[in-house]
Amino acid sequence: MTGDRENMTCHEFQARMADMIGSGEDLTAHPHIQSCPTCRALLADLQTIADVARQLLPVDPPGEDLWERIELAIKQEAGTTGSH
Amino acid sequence: MPRTNTEKQDTLSPSVVQSAAAEVSARPHASPAPQADAEVLTRAQAGDHHAFAQLYALHKRRIYSLCLRMVSNPTEAEDLTQEAFLQLHRKIATFRGDSAFSTWLHRLAINVVLMHLRKKGLPVTSLDEAMEPTHDDGPGRSFGAPDLALTGSIDRLALERAISDLPAGYRLIFILHDVEGYEHNEIAAMLDCSIGNSKSQLHKARLKLRDALRTPLYQGEPR
Repeated sequence: MTGDRENMTCHEFQARMADMIGSGEDLTAHPHIQSCPTCRALLADLQTIADVARQLLPVDPPGEDLWERIELAIKQEAGTTGSH
Repeated sequence: MPRTNTEKQDTLSPSVVQSAAAEVSARPHASPAPQADAEVLTRAQAGDHHAFAQLYALHKRRIYSLCLRMVSNPTEAEDLTQEAFLQLHRKIATFRGDSAFSTWLHRLAINVVLMHLRKKGLPVTSLDEAMEPTHDDGPGRSFGAPDLALTGSIDRLALERAISDLPAGYRLIFILHDVEGYEHNEIAAMLDCSIGNSKSQLHKARLKLRDALRTPLYQGEPR
């Protein structure tokens, strides 16, 4: 690895992406991204995945009888606790 | 030991639970109003069964959603939701407000889910391990060529399938952030990790998904 932000290879850049993101760095402003269409496409892919994920439909709520099941289980636990 | 109050454990009608749920059902990614949460929480901690029912109504959708997206099975997800709220009932008196109640409840539910996955034989035993996958760690084929870019070509069903195939740790972080909409500081509190760790794990999860979504393009082609 060169350690030179201006002259990173794609391999070096992509190997360090997670760490750079973890440290709060904005990768869109990184010198390698400015000059590399391959890694720009990679970042665009990841953004697309995040965008599509946000469009996933919310799940339906749980069945209306779930509370009754929880309530019954609570009562059973309370009964068990009280019997000791 | 968690407090219970059998004196107040009268059965509540579904309408009581439904009316409380209506407060948040229109905004599934939003947290309940903190003030309302705090008041109800205090009463629930004192053993008020009606208040506990309200807490269930306020949080059931998001807890169930997390469970369902983690296990992809509605029956299992309901069982996990039930177990999470049973554990909440046992432990609610121990909540001291060191974090937001919703965060604390999510952490509890996440542990229930991960324990369930471990019992099914999947290699997840704790939040720490979930956050630090050791097998097949990291995306191996992320050095993509531009002509394989995914932009504009992902359908929701394909993404949902790819999410369900992710290792549990990556699936969890991706669902929490990109699907359910939690911020990194909230996730860090839920998973007891750093914000930086949350960000880097999310990045790896997205790379895994990208690899998975690109795989069909490679079938039958020499590399």
